[in-house]
Amino acid sequence: MRFELNGQEVEVDAHPMRRLLDVLRVECGLTGTKEGCGEGECGACTVLVDGEPVCSCLVPFAQAGGTSVVTIEGLGGKHPLQRAFGDHGGAQCGICTPGMILAAVALGPNPTLEQVRVGLAGNLCRCTGYEAIYRSVLGAYEAVDDRRPAAEAPAVGGGSKADGGAAFGTGADGGRSDVAGAGRSRSNGSGADAGAGSAGKAGL
Amino acid sequence: MKTALGDLELRQPRTLDEALAMLRDDGPLLPLAGCTDVYVQLEFGVMPARRFMDVSRLRELRGIERMDGGGLRIGAGATYTEIVRAPLVAQRLPMLVAASREVGGVQIQNRGTLGGNVANASPAGDSLPVLAAADAVVVLRSAADGERRVPFTAFHTGYRASVLRPDELIVAFEIPPVEGEQWFRKVGTRAAQAISKVVFAGVKGGPRPRIAIGSVAPTVVRAFRTEEALASGASIEEAQQVFGEEIRPIDDIRSTAEYRRRVAANLLRRWWVGQ
Ligand SMILES: Cc1cc2nc3c(=O)[nH]c(=O)nc-3n(C[C@H](O)[C@H](O)[C@H](O)COP(=O)(O)OP(=O)(O)OC[C@H]3O[C@@H](n4cnc5c(N)ncnc54)[C@H](O)[C@@H]3O)c2cc1C
Ligand code: FES
Ligand code: FES
Repeated sequence: MRFELNGQEVEVDAHPMRRLLDVLRVECGLTGTKEGCGEGECGACTVLVDGEPVCSCLVPFAQAGGTSVVTIEGLGGKHPLQRAFGDHGGAQCGICTPGMILAAVALGPNPTLEQVRVGLAGNLCRCTGYEAIYRSVLGAYEAVDDRRPAAEAPAVGGGSKADGGAAFGTGADGGRSDVAGAGRSRSNGSGADAGAGSAGKAGL
Repeated sequence: MKTALGDLELRQPRTLDEALAMLRDDGPLLPLAGCTDVYVQLEFGVMPARRFMDVSRLRELRGIERMDGGGLRIGAGATYTEIVRAPLVAQRLPMLVAASREVGGVQIQNRGTLGGNVANASPAGDSLPVLAAADAVVVLRSAADGERRVPFTAFHTGYRASVLRPDELIVAFEIPPVEGEQWFRKVGTRAAQAISKVVFAGVKGGPRPRIAIGSVAPTVVRAFRTEEALASGASIEEAQQVFGEEIRPIDDIRSTAEYRRRVAANLLRRWWVGQ
């Protein structure tokens, strides 16, 4: 079945009722998407389908056909949110981080605290107590303004069906993930490409 | 997933007619819409069905439209997110927007559908009291009999039971104009992601008060007798008494019957007399 994965057309063969989560992790080798509960409660498995966050543990593969799917790997490790989760201690064990970041990406740049609370209500975290996560999301776009020339920042999704998914395809790192690359760096659970090494340095 | 994939079959019709023909000729097939109920059951290994049909792509089930005379038609496949974003629903049925905003988190709202909530027939479904209080009509369709319309209050017949036949799909919900002020409250452990302990929808200030309440009986309860009492000038205490007789809450893992009685009575008061 054909769909777009992180900006590239791919063809993947799997049972139509296999969970999108399993297709991404096993068939596509993109293990940045995590499984927490397997029942829609925790949001660890969040990916963007046509720009909207969904729990990939509840999506049959057949329903992904023809859509555009973005996983954490699609952000290329350089999204301002990924950097911010490292800088502000938003990632500790890292299991919730890819889902948190993708849910936050869908909010678009500079969301309000209220928008962040609502937008991340479907993502659970057992480590941070959430404040560090809210700080990371709110701080992400300031960081772009303060420390990095705007041109360096990858394209950011607008959160609507019309432009959310497509924005990544054309972004600086949009086409980077290769589907067969099971062993690619940063895809084995360490803080969701968010730079877990620096997590905590902001001092919680 | 506890259910073995090898045993599962999925049919993917492209039109409503094709889907209804499959249900008639090749059933039983369980419809899959947003999968936010079905995939949880598959995960737990408690889903008896093995043969499924994806209805999420049927255009005939989508869409939110105005009807002549001020009513509203919402496709069974409308997601909570689509409902929240639809100016027409905000105008005509704001209590459904309020209910949709409190279903799960954003991820669940992006997939979960109104048709799935109603067909699933859990007494805790958040949209159910809204549709009951709004006097909604359920539009059902089958290859054998074409379309039939069932008043929402007659749709659910018992705990997780309804009049929906295995060869039928819910196509849409038709909601006549609602006169009066709409009110919705969900009481759960927390706002997001929590299944309701008690969920209440009310309309007042129109020709007569309307009340529906979920999670306090095997099906959603439209409290006709309480409405009657309030309409004929009963005090709130008298109305609470009647309301208590109309509901049949039970103890379960989420709450106790006694707690639900108290909350139901309090919600009635808060809605009717304001704090
Ligand atoms: C984490 C989480 C949180 C949740 N929170 C809430 C909540 O707060 N409030 C709430 O009410 N629910 C909640 N739910 C339950 C669920 O999301 C809703 O019931 C949702 O509306 C189901 O819709 P669906 O499209 O996903 O249904 P599906 O899972 O696709 O289907 C559910 C049932 O409906 C049938 N069906 C679907 N469409 C049709 C149709 N057109 N015609 C006939 N039959 C049909 C299916 O065959 C199946 O039996 C939650 C679920 C999860 C996983
Ligand atoms: S793993 Fe999908 S929501 Fe928890
Ligand atoms: S669950 Fe460990 S960082 Fe959120």
